[in-house]
Amino acid sequence: MKFGVVQAPHWRNAGDVAGMMREVLYALAPAAVAYTYFFGPGLLLNIVVAATVAIATEALALRLRGRTSRLALSDGSALVCAVLLAFCLPPLTPWWVTACGSAFAIGVAKHLYGGLGFNVFNPAMAGYVLLLAAFPGYLAGWLPPNVGDLDYRALSLAESATYTVTGSLPPGVELDAVTRATPLTVVKAELGQMRTMGEIVVDPVFGDFGGAGWEWIGNFITLGGLWLLYRGIIRWQVPAAMLAGLMLPALLLYLTDAETHPSPLFHLYSGGTLLGAFFIATDPVSSAVTDRGRLVCGAGCGLLTFAIRHWGIYPDGVAVAVLLMNLAVPTIDRYTRPRPYGY
Amino acid sequence: MTATGHVMSSSPGTTDSTAPRWRYDPQPRRPDWGIHGTTFKNISKQTPIRIAPLPAQATLCLQQGPFTATPLVVPGERVLTGQPIAVDTGGTRIHASVTGRVSAVGLRPVPGPQPTRAPCVVIQREGDEEWHESCEPVADPSRLAPAEVCRRIAAAGIVGLGGALYPTARKLAPGVPIRALLVNGVECEPWITCDEVLLRERAASVIAGARIAMHALGAAHAVIAVEGDMPEARVAVHDALQAAGDSGIGLAVVTAKYPAGGERQLVQLLTGEEVPAGGLPRDLGYVVQNAGTLAAIATLFRSGEPLVARIVTVTGNGVAAPGNFEARIGTPLRQLVDLAGGYRYPPTRLLMGGPMMGWALPDDDLAVTKATNCLVAATAAELAPPRPEMPCIRCGECVQTCPARLLPHELHAALRRGDYATLAALALDACIECGCCDYVCPSAIPLTARFVAARRQDAAEPDAPS
Ligand code: SF4
Ligand code: SF4
Repeated sequence: MKFGVVQAPHWRNAGDVAGMMREVLYALAPAAVAYTYFFGPGLLLNIVVAATVAIATEALALRLRGRTSRLALSDGSALVCAVLLAFCLPPLTPWWVTACGSAFAIGVAKHLYGGLGFNVFNPAMAGYVLLLAAFPGYLAGWLPPNVGDLDYRALSLAESATYTVTGSLPPGVELDAVTRATPLTVVKAELGQMRTMGEIVVDPVFGDFGGAGWEWIGNFITLGGLWLLYRGIIRWQVPAAMLAGLMLPALLLYLTDAETHPSPLFHLYSGGTLLGAFFIATDPVSSAVTDRGRLVCGAGCGLLTFAIRHWGIYPDGVAVAVLLMNLAVPTIDRYTRPRPYGY
Repeated sequence: MTATGHVMSSSPGTTDSTAPRWRYDPQPRRPDWGIHGTTFKNISKQTPIRIAPLPAQATLCLQQGPFTATPLVVPGERVLTGQPIAVDTGGTRIHASVTGRVSAVGLRPVPGPQPTRAPCVVIQREGDEEWHESCEPVADPSRLAPAEVCRRIAAAGIVGLGGALYPTARKLAPGVPIRALLVNGVECEPWITCDEVLLRERAASVIAGARIAMHALGAAHAVIAVEGDMPEARVAVHDALQAAGDSGIGLAVVTAKYPAGGERQLVQLLTGEEVPAGGLPRDLGYVVQNAGTLAAIATLFRSGEPLVARIVTVTGNGVAAPGNFEARIGTPLRQLVDLAGGYRYPPTRLLMGGPMMGWALPDDDLAVTKATNCLVAATAAELAPPRPEMPCIRCGECVQTCPARLLPHELHAALRRGDYATLAALALDACIECGCCDYVCPSAIPLTARFVAARRQDAAEPDAPS
């Protein structure tokens, strides 16, 4: 009887890249539901736009680079990148803004560097930071959260879609009337005007620790992160180090003066902290590889986020912090190489 | 890295007084590398070892590990069981495993990493079994000088039965003081159970062999290492050690993780020390012997029989009745498969050895060698065909699992660039070719095969830039 001859090892774990990406998407689903509940259907529209553009760009880039596109497209990494980018954008974002970010993320940040596995920067964050630099006005206004004591004008799916596509709101509704600054922006601006935290948080956009609504989304993102940890898709080093790197300095300042510094929990539940810690800084391609390297990388993301929030002009700093640490990864990898056995 | 709680001591090269003492230690030593998964061992260890009937024809491969032996017989000659039929330059012999007539001496297909041919002696069995006159028992091996023990072991053709086939006599004459003998009963590859059933059924024989090896080495201590998932073997060894009284032999348990049974990994787990790069365990004062090899030594001195048989696990879903068989060397594989109930669900792959480091055989028209510890007839559901390779996503899984603490993804990138300086800096030569990195890689990159090829090439041209 004849048999196939292949090289050892013959036995492989069933996990593959597409499976990992699928798990990431599953893990984001509860947060997406919460997000939609609090901020309306805008996220879903952003996802549709970002994903369509991402996949089209990926297919085009693969074809230009002369690669067979079916296998590379099926890995799902472009889709994950698009969804992460969509999570960072305000619910009301014109389609062309999202599309620009998505095309840049896949076309430039990913494929110009050599495609999956070779990109230096986290593509989603590169796309987001491009938009932040190019169209800051479109990224500043968020909808107020759908919580009981906030009076706001909810937009239906059709109204959101109309805005996304044409940029026009229903008659009689002004953009300024439906959008609000994010809690991080509010804190930054108000602290700059010498108001105390105690005075600031009475604003109804604040909840118990962070922004109203944001807290719940944060909880669901954490749930997704724990799922990824449980499934072995990510390891604990990056999220733990990043959260510690952000919250420890915040705690220190908070202990020195609680009236002029937001609490560590506010930092935890605001902006991109949890999404960054569990879904973005953990991106394998652009993060360090060894456990020790990941601790360094995560801590760096956390500290830089804190520094940008505290001293910088941007209210949030997760995206820039992640990109800066991406740059440091080759060096971190170099200095955290393990000692080989017997050396 | 290793669980402690043992009296571990001393620097390399020191002698007995400072050797570690192992007692019975039920606390498993847990590696922080390797893979932990289904082991598929239950399917072959339910039944006792069965003695395979004598084959009608025995094909004896003259290549053993690094050495090729010169035949001592010509076609047509009558040979008795246990009669030397070939000898290599190191004095290790190969013996007729059946009584009969030599029908051919020449190249035959033999099992190997690739389909290959090697010189073989083929014997047709004739008449009743008769043992050769040189097969004489030794009442008390401890009265023999160590050099004489080693000479007899070489003359009996005993080689490392774990698969490496390195001549045992050479390992037992290391030329440096030895602190302890480490008995490798850690059969870490999935599917294989030949050492486990041996320890379960013939622990006393392994202990007797260990005593002889300790005598040859002048070592006062030994430890038998078994895996955490072989409780019956552990109890059997424990009971046999108690029955044998204090013999300086301890028992240690190692977590069932692949490749805890690799020689270097076992040294690390049992002693907390690492074999220096390019060195051997003896540089630390340890010698590692496979449990099956020690049982063969015990058989030699007890009955005078040279190495003419070994235990082979025949397993996988592709055979109907998996089990362990004590088969004569040279037995056709097809006969073992028939003993194990024959093929079913037609298997798509036939492996000699385990699924991690074993060889895929082109067909079953081959014979048992001294390296044949296991035959896996695997269905496509058990061992799927390789998936298409994707780019490395730097997930780090290979780094976490590598027992040599290498960076397989960087090694792979350096290989693709042809960057030999980086390969050397990343210590490609510390790779033990265990296959763990492949196992975990979500991008299905054939890392190990590429490392093996690069190392072979490196060995073939020593002047290659390095
Ligand atoms: S690099 Fe070598 S030693 Fe490390 S896991 Fe891969 S095959 Fe094993
Ligand atoms: S396991 Fe595979 S994909 Fe992951 S880092 Fe290693 S080589 Fe790259």
